[in-house]
Amino acid sequence: MPPLELMLAGVIGAALLLYLLFGGADFGGGVWDLLAAGPRKRAQRALIEDAIGPVWEVNHVWLIFVVVLLFSGFPRAFAAISVALHVPLTAFLLGVVFRGSAFTFRAYDSRSDSVQRRWGRLFSWASVISPVLLGMSVGALASGRIRVDGRVVSGGFFQPWLTPFAFSTGLLALTMVALLAAVYLSHETRDAELGDDFRFRALLCAGVLVLLSAVTFALSAAGAPVVYARLIGHRWAWPLFVGTALAGLGTFWSLLGGRSGWSRPLAAAWVSGIALGWMASQYPHWVVPDVTLTNAAARPATLELLLYVVAAGSVLLAPSLAALFRIFKAGRWGSHS
Amino acid sequence: MDPLTERLLFARAQMGMSLAFHIVFAAAGVALPLLMVLSDLRYRRSGDADFLELSRKMAKGTAILFAVGAVSGTVLSFELGLLWPGFLGSFGELVGLAFSLEGFAFFIEAIFLGIYLYGRGRVSPTFHLFSGVMVALSGAASALFVTLVNAFMNSPAGFTLAADGTLTSADPVAAMLGPAALHEVLHTLLSCYQATAFAMLGIHAAALLKRRDSSFHRKALFQVALPVACLTALLQPLAGDLAAKRVAEHQPIKLAAMEAHFETARGVPLRLGGIADEERGEVRYALEVPRGLSFLAFGDFNAQVQGLRDFPRDRWPPVAPTHVAFELMVGAGTVMAMLSLVTLWLRLRKRLHLLSRRYLWALLLSSPLGVVAMEAGWLVTEWGRQPWVVTGALRTRDAVTPFPHLAAPFWIFTGVYLLLAVAVVALLWRQVRPTLSPQFRAAGPEAAH
Ligand code: HDD
Ligand code: HEM
Ligand code: HEM
Repeated sequence: MPPLELMLAGVIGAALLLYLLFGGADFGGGVWDLLAAGPRKRAQRALIEDAIGPVWEVNHVWLIFVVVLLFSGFPRAFAAISVALHVPLTAFLLGVVFRGSAFTFRAYDSRSDSVQRRWGRLFSWASVISPVLLGMSVGALASGRIRVDGRVVSGGFFQPWLTPFAFSTGLLALTMVALLAAVYLSHETRDAELGDDFRFRALLCAGVLVLLSAVTFALSAAGAPVVYARLIGHRWAWPLFVGTALAGLGTFWSLLGGRSGWSRPLAAAWVSGIALGWMASQYPHWVVPDVTLTNAAARPATLELLLYVVAAGSVLLAPSLAALFRIFKAGRWGSHS
Repeated sequence: MDPLTERLLFARAQMGMSLAFHIVFAAAGVALPLLMVLSDLRYRRSGDADFLELSRKMAKGTAILFAVGAVSGTVLSFELGLLWPGFLGSFGELVGLAFSLEGFAFFIEAIFLGIYLYGRGRVSPTFHLFSGVMVALSGAASALFVTLVNAFMNSPAGFTLAADGTLTSADPVAAMLGPAALHEVLHTLLSCYQATAFAMLGIHAAALLKRRDSSFHRKALFQVALPVACLTALLQPLAGDLAAKRVAEHQPIKLAAMEAHFETARGVPLRLGGIADEERGEVRYALEVPRGLSFLAFGDFNAQVQGLRDFPRDRWPPVAPTHVAFELMVGAGTVMAMLSLVTLWLRLRKRLHLLSRRYLWALLLSSPLGVVAMEAGWLVTEWGRQPWVVTGALRTRDAVTPFPHLAAPFWIFTGVYLLLAVAVVALLWRQVRPTLSPQFRAAGPEAAH
């Protein structure tokens, strides 16, 4: 069996990935709310609202889950990350607060168009900014510029995440969530024209994602040398590259051909490939180069207990999640593909 | 001010402000689903459309409050690290168990709330009701687990420390079940239902004062909110008494601060009101019940109660604020309990005066007291624990973040939360207002919501 800390880190990684695929798409929905345009502007916004409404709070819990498991299983990593990234994480939180509350207020405050628009604008701008900040924070963790010695964190409160590399990871995160949202949305409507609106947006994002991936990869050579070296040097690197590239090509193929049943899993696989590439090359570090899975981990007995809690909780969680998505998503998706 | 003191000041202020904000929404998130389900059950039994309408209205209110509770709760879980990295850095593995269980409770709560709010008509009525029950249960579970963390901070258990403050052993299960767990969980859960039920009483009492003939508001008041309010208000002093006894045993210095009790003695009186002067060690203008405190804390009129002077000065909590907060909680609790007794008495006399203006006014005026008592009680607990984050094990000043610019986030979050509070009140008002019009009739089950 793999060591306990690796198993728990795997759970955290999986939860983060699910947050990206589900919670991320809800942020992406906000991006398209901001960029709603053309003759079907209103219909686009209504579709976004319908798609997000019942599920965003559930999707959001993945984030809480990541945070909680991180500070329970790897307390020293959590402490170091919270100190070093105080500024971007606080800004991210403001985004979370405005996104969630403005979305809800808009849905329940149907007095007048101008009030609706004001909440809507807050919701959509917060949706744009939050993924960028989270992406930048990830970039900072990979960069090697945050130094941790015991409880002392150095490297500055701004320098690690205000770098070209961190900006590129921030934009990469934004592009990924926008792509996911566009792909999911094009699938959630029976209206062919509305579906095409989002298919077109998804294609644009896919193009940008190719470009940004290349730029981020290039910048990582200087911006995150340790991670870069692992990314090109490892045994698993090439299969992952090829798999991700194939998923990317498949996404273009399905979007261009209007095979919307395929584009959902393919785009999700593409985005997951990128995220997994980062996680695998970040391993065994939480914060490059000083905080690792082993030196930040809680005692083995605690890790084991947490793994049991996760296993037992999942027995309750999995069927409940399945019921939720069957009720609100399967109907429309099922009838299409 | 030296930098550490300043950081500490803003970190405490931000933590306290965020928690005081969150708890209002969290309490509503715990209790409203229960009230909603009660209303649904009454509708199922009687087919009365008023109850259906009420549960729909409450569902909308819950959606708004829950969203704000969820985002402010997210802020809190990050703030534990952003403001107090020393706390979770050392004790994260002890409190992590409770927080992880809470995480699952959040999932279940959010999933079934989604189904409950958006699924009416899409799922069978029975499954809909089941979802409501699940929301109510998991909401209570999440409050339970987070309160266990707080109980650990107050009366820690399940670990040993080395001289340098690092853990030498850790038992997360024992940490969850320390000596403060039972009374804090009981008292906190009751407070969520009590605060919410009293707030709801206020809304419907105000509506009835305006329109006495509204059957909708009468049913909401008498058949849904009032039973919960009376029951919790009568139970809460018993739970509070248990809490006081446990505190007397395990946190004697907190008890002394709550009561502003300076000199160790036997047969100590219970002080009501009064202003504590920490420097001189006296309390002015207080009413004294002879031997009251000895009896309430230890069940013996002659029991000895330790005073603050038994402890080094740098271990004292802020005495005056803790004392005032305690008085406020107990005072509010007493008023609500009396009101509940009066209600029961009126009921027994066949509701003679239940709809009288005077009675409705009493309900309206006492409706904020639940929230007041809840906030005050938390202040007692949190102030009374100072200067420790984890009593006896970690000082607040050793846990605070080294990040130097804490004034900015404090002011920003304060502004944001004020804005949200105003928006929420305005939105809830818009849910209530239409029910005040003379034309208001509850729509039947076939109407869309
Ligand atoms: C509706 C709210 C409410 C009401 C009416 C009361 N309380 Fe309370 N009290 C709380 C709500 C609360 C709380 C939920 O805010 C606290 C904070 C932490 C806790 O466990 O419950 C609390 C804490 C708290 C504590 C400190 C517990 C600790 O730190 O471990 C004591 C000793 C009491 N209470 C005692 C009382 C007494 C004697 C009451 C008599 C009327 C009373 N409370 C009414
Ligand atoms: C929701 C109701 C609560 C309110 C209103 C509240 C209030 C406060 C206040 C006013 C402070 C600042 C105390 C001071 O330094 O003077 C504080 C600190 C703190 N609270 Fe609470 N609290 C609540 C519940 C909780 C719970 C359930 C937890 C446990 C998870 C908790 C964890 C903390 C921590 C870690 C601190 C910082 C360290 C310290 O000051 O001791 N609080 N809270
Ligand atoms: C005794 C005090 C507390 C109670 C009773 C409580 C209860 C709740 C409840 C019922 C919710 C669900 C949302 C809602 O109903 O509005 C919630 C949300 C949340 N709370 Fe608290 N909470 C308390 C204190 C805290 C503290 C101290 C923290 C963090 C350390 C915290 C973290 C959270 C988080 C992360 C959420 C969001 C979950 C979601 O997205 O659904 N809570 N809380």
